[in-house]
Amino acid sequence: MARITAGVTTSHIPAVGAAMDLGKTAEEYWKPVFAGYEWTREWEKEEKPDVVILVYNDHASAFDMKIIPTFAIGAAEQFPIADEGWGPRPIPPVIGHPDLAWHIAQCCILDEFDMTIINEMAVDHGLTVPMSLMFGQVEQWPVKVVPLAVNVVTYPPPSGNRCWMLGEAIARAVDSFPEDLNVQIWGTGGMSHQLQGPRAGLINKAFDTAFLNDLTADPERLRRMPHIEYLREAGSEGIELVMWLIMRGALGGKIKELHRHYHVPASNTAVGHMVLEPVA
Amino acid sequence: MTPRNIHEYLAEFDDIPGTRVYTARRARQGYHLNQFAMSLMKAENRERFKKDENAYLEEWPLTDDQKEAVLARDYNRMLDLGGNIYFLAKLFSTDGKSFQFAAGSMTGMTQEEYAAMMIGGGRSPEGNRSIKEGR
Repeated sequence: MARITAGVTTSHIPAVGAAMDLGKTAEEYWKPVFAGYEWTREWEKEEKPDVVILVYNDHASAFDMKIIPTFAIGAAEQFPIADEGWGPRPIPPVIGHPDLAWHIAQCCILDEFDMTIINEMAVDHGLTVPMSLMFGQVEQWPVKVVPLAVNVVTYPPPSGNRCWMLGEAIARAVDSFPEDLNVQIWGTGGMSHQLQGPRAGLINKAFDTAFLNDLTADPERLRRMPHIEYLREAGSEGIELVMWLIMRGALGGKIKELHRHYHVPASNTAVGHMVLEPVA
Repeated sequence: MTPRNIHEYLAEFDDIPGTRVYTARRARQGYHLNQFAMSLMKAENRERFKKDENAYLEEWPLTDDQKEAVLARDYNRMLDLGGNIYFLAKLFSTDGKSFQFAAGSMTGMTQEEYAAMMIGGGRSPEGNRSIKEGR
């Protein structure tokens, strides 16, 4: 049977992908950003996951204002890399797992989560930067991916509680998939940042640290956190952190923190990254 | 918890200093502005836009205010007129500008001042959480 063996969270800053693509990772500015991912790259080589369920948001790349799905699951064989204005990133296409994606979609719909199913979709930095951070510069990705795109752009995004419950439903779906698969779930986006208006550049280290701590210490607090608190405390784009709660919900009750990384800044944003493991 | 009553939910958004939350009202007001920006994802459209910005903008049902804001690259005004930053990113990318440049331009700081603030740990949340409570 398939099983969720670990959860990974990370920010998905476009400039981080550009720094990798342009060979700038050894520069003083970028060094401390990337140092915190070295542990995880080694760990991923040991873990050898078969599939990553990758929770992210599209940044006006695959979805424009014509259609705004709250939860969209990618069921394609392959996902091309989006051209976000400077040409697509020079990385391999992302390989999907349509059997698992359709299984999760069907199970979640019966479980009363009305998923949108996407058969053709380019993936942007929200998905590809975490891939590059965890697996480095590769000829082909070592895992298949089930993309789960969440609307965190047009209000209201889903509540933290709804995200958590979807995570639980995804875990139930994975548990009932007959093939023997090592599955990880990644929650991406965040941490504190604001990209717009006179308040742009907001960073709240105290909020971010408490958020990282409470993924293990008090996840119920995070689950109940209203959107307004993210907006006031973590900046307008800090709302992306609700996506981490899909990952957290999927890991279940008790978890163990294996690795943590936090650094300010990368471009406009606080970088946060954690590796978590469910405890039986 | 996030409130389930939409009026209660929306009520607090305008109390955040220097922030435009992308609500349904803004999404409707800015629909064509954002779709125009989205069109710049295609190389041929970027070329046509660069060649004659006015003519390209005439192809879209934008208000005069929206057109002026685009031509002036006034991002705060574009946000006020319903623009969303992820869509507007297509516009500053067409100009060859980075997210840090664009974000900095909305704060009234120079690019250098803004970059220095970020290296110094970013803008503090102190005094930036609530207009009416001044915290």
